[in-house]
Amino acid sequence: MSDVAGDVIAIIAKKKRVDKPAVELSDKLLDLGLESLDAVEMIFDLEEKFDVQIPYNANTNNPRTEFETVGDVVAAVEKLIAQKKS
Amino acid sequence: MTGVHRVVVTGLGAVSPLGHSVAAYWDNLKLGKSGLGPITLTPAPEELTQKVAAEVKDFDPLKHFAERQLSTLDRVSQFAVVAAREAIAQSGLTFDMPLSLRTATIVGTGVGGQTTLDESFRRVYLEKRTRVFPLTIPKLMANAPASQISMDCGLRGPSFAVASACASATHAIGIAFHMVRAGLVDCAVTGGTEACITFGTVRGWEAMRVMAPDVCRPFSKGRMGLVLGEGAAAMVLEPLERAQARNATILGEIVGFGMSADAADLTAPDLGGMVRAMQAALDDAKLGPADIQYVNAHGTGTAANDETETKALHAAFGPHAKKLAISSTKSMIGHALGAAGALELVATLLAVRDGIAPPTIGYLEPDPACDLDYVPNEARALPIEAAVSNSFAFGGLNAVLAVKRFS
Repeated sequence: MSDVAGDVIAIIAKKKRVDKPAVELSDKLLDLGLESLDAVEMIFDLEEKFDVQIPYNANTNNPRTEFETVGDVVAAVEKLIAQKKS
Repeated sequence: MTGVHRVVVTGLGAVSPLGHSVAAYWDNLKLGKSGLGPITLTPAPEELTQKVAAEVKDFDPLKHFAERQLSTLDRVSQFAVVAAREAIAQSGLTFDMPLSLRTATIVGTGVGGQTTLDESFRRVYLEKRTRVFPLTIPKLMANAPASQISMDCGLRGPSFAVASACASATHAIGIAFHMVRAGLVDCAVTGGTEACITFGTVRGWEAMRVMAPDVCRPFSKGRMGLVLGEGAAAMVLEPLERAQARNATILGEIVGFGMSADAADLTAPDLGGMVRAMQAALDDAKLGPADIQYVNAHGTGTAANDETETKALHAAFGPHAKKLAISSTKSMIGHALGAAGALELVATLLAVRDGIAPPTIGYLEPDPACDLDYVPNEARALPIEAAVSNSFAFGGLNAVLAVKRFS
């Protein structure tokens, strides 16, 4: 697992509202019980951790469905980090 | 006076993104004008992600205050005092003894003197200055607008601030209404004020991820959120018999006030809380759903509020919901938070008086989740005997006022 994946999992693990010992890349965000404020806080934590800007408007986006799984979030963050470096 | 009184409105005042008087504000609402524009009030607005707000434009405090008084007034109190002076002037009242002692001053604000707070933080943290202005604390305190109105206008009765975020003004006016109705005071000057388009506050709202980048389109398909506003509105409330005894012009009657708390999510709107507040207001007014023709909606333009408020209107009004003319003043003046309920009650009272429902502008096309009549884009003449004005706050605190045409 990449460093990014480990950090993303740690961030999402803090926000999950279900009793599950470990967050895995295949877990769906909805199944982890993330509520709307959890999603906003998760995006903030990701932006702070990786120093990226994640475009997101709660009225038109829904990260809990747009990024279905934890792995989708990791992929999106890795893409933003790559864009920042290029 | 003691006992149960009918409560009438005999004076209105407004400082808004659509003008600095009630006449200018109401004329522009009826025309469907937008008060939104680029953010200019903050230092370095180009650094902000959010570019648009509904600012009170061309407000020159020196037109209203001598420099000595101005040094005590944050922008939020300047708006409040200017609005209160207009309302009192229209009422024709003079607050001599003993009326001064029996007049309440109850003013809502969401966050108080944010300009003062932002400026002092810049000095302390950014410029590393060791001193801030001596009146920093009494300018930024949340009760400053209420205190400044009471001092400026000589009102010596009960006075305090009401803070319930986006419902502050509606709660303030509701409490003032109940105090006058119960005979606890003989008059009340009440309303709400907000001036929080500061660098730090806009950053805070950006972080909520609920703001529209350009246009506020309540209840419309394609809506992208709220736009911040600012301003103040004030009104003079008095018992009907006092107003009639002095031949005052009666602008409308406040007949009901309902409140509720969601006790659920901190920010997500709650159907049950909205419905309970609307029903409580109708019950307090002794009105049924079919007695209402116009609703001034909370209508923030967020996906969640507008859908939930529509469901709540269906639940509270039943089949009559389809017959209501419903509009969001926030489409034109943005979300003035602690002032919103007062600016919107002014619009509601004048809608009832003139028989004109102001529009919801920026409306593109129907959203299946919002299936009521939102008076899209153009004002509409219709007979209005009674109306309600909704305010639903972050923190799950809801307040609704009901008003009637005076006859």
